[in-house]
Amino acid sequence: MNDKVTIKIPRRLYAKIQQLITDSGFNSATDFIVYVLRDVLSEKPDDSSSEFSAEELKALKQKLRNLGYLD
Amino acid sequence: MIRAHGGRLINRMAEEAQRQALLDEAANLPALVVNRRELSDVGMIANGAMSPLEGFMTQEEYSSVLERRRLPLGVAWTLPVTLSVKDEKIARTHPPFRAALKDKAGHILGVMDVSDIFRFDKKKEAEAVLLTNDDAHPGVKYLQGIGDTYAGGRITLLEGIVEDDRFANYMLDPKECRVLFKAKGWERVVAFQTRNPIHRAHEYLQKCALEAVDGLLIHPVMGETKSDDIPADVRLQCYVAMMNHYFPKDRVALSILPAAMRYAGPREAIFHAIVRQNYGCTHFIVGRDHAGVGSYYGTYDAQRIFDDFEPGELAITPIFFDHAFYCKKCHGMASHKTCAHDKSERVFLSGTKVREILQSGEELPVEFSRREVAHILEQHYSQQVDGS
Repeated sequence: MNDKVTIKIPRRLYAKIQQLITDSGFNSATDFIVYVLRDVLSEKPDDSSSEFSAEELKALKQKLRNLGYLD
Repeated sequence: MIRAHGGRLINRMAEEAQRQALLDEAANLPALVVNRRELSDVGMIANGAMSPLEGFMTQEEYSSVLERRRLPLGVAWTLPVTLSVKDEKIARTHPPFRAALKDKAGHILGVMDVSDIFRFDKKKEAEAVLLTNDDAHPGVKYLQGIGDTYAGGRITLLEGIVEDDRFANYMLDPKECRVLFKAKGWERVVAFQTRNPIHRAHEYLQKCALEAVDGLLIHPVMGETKSDDIPADVRLQCYVAMMNHYFPKDRVALSILPAAMRYAGPREAIFHAIVRQNYGCTHFIVGRDHAGVGSYYGTYDAQRIFDDFEPGELAITPIFFDHAFYCKKCHGMASHKTCAHDKSERVFLSGTKVREILQSGEELPVEFSRREVAHILEQHYSQQVDGS
């Protein structure tokens, strides 16, 4: 299965993006759009500690304590 | 907390429940054996240090990084992270297929879903990444020592990689660092990269940077380095001595980065910054000739390369420093920017001069190195002389 989909955007916007990416390092308007969307979607703060269960977080803090990183 | 590069901290560690089944499966799979650099990379991909990479690069990713210094979807990335194929039979196998990842001793590290096998041009890679094809460059030497085929694809690691048990207590992964910074209440953290003992010039840069942020992460590289670099265990003793005697414990943390040095100068400076962003750092110190070797790169090339990236491509902020030294007239550490006095007033020793002093059994000047660090280095060199 193809893991990409086609999304339509206004032609004028597309033309503006093409202008914008000239000499910018982006290969295509698609690359730019994907990059911007990824950035927008990741704007939520990366609260990595919430990726742990309470038990894991406790164990990790204990590890940091044992190693002298935390009091 | 600063976001991981590419938006999400990658985790390619096998779940506890999955581990035994993967181990059993891997025992019957064709094996891809990793060398020391690749072993470091496996660990750093799996724990998220190399986010957004989830495995070794495919040809599309590899070419994009060489040519554009970005991954195919435009995310900044400057170094190829590749797995060389050592087995001719695997080099001829058509992907997709699953292979076991093994270290040189034959231990199963994990599995790789190989999605690409491709030949590469060593000269082209060296010129693009290392900016030289000189045989004397350690990165060129490395390329000459591997085959001409890479395997790309996503990896799953069974357990974290600890190359040397002596360093296990100092190896925090990106998640652990992020939790540590949060627990300490550090919102802005500056990372200092080094592969040398910390002398007073480095200490000065670190403390200048720390003045502007909440915390400092001393993050020495302990993966593969050059044979003439100070051995990792001796360097670690020096770092610990500095931590114990000269840094406030509530503001400074020491952890080891298990990365292998590429000595790729400017491109590696960007890579080092990205990796530190993944560890949760907001700022990164870039000194003169960062990740350089010999005279392959201009003194400030590793700083200038940051201008080639658009605002927002890297979330971490580089902090550029010039050469620092002790000035007898200033009675303290300074740099060209801050010292008005003549060169003759400045105490600075080149790496070669430091080695000469230590090999001759003399003491390093206190203006150059803290006594505690100098003593460790003097002992190391005296043992070398005794053993020779």
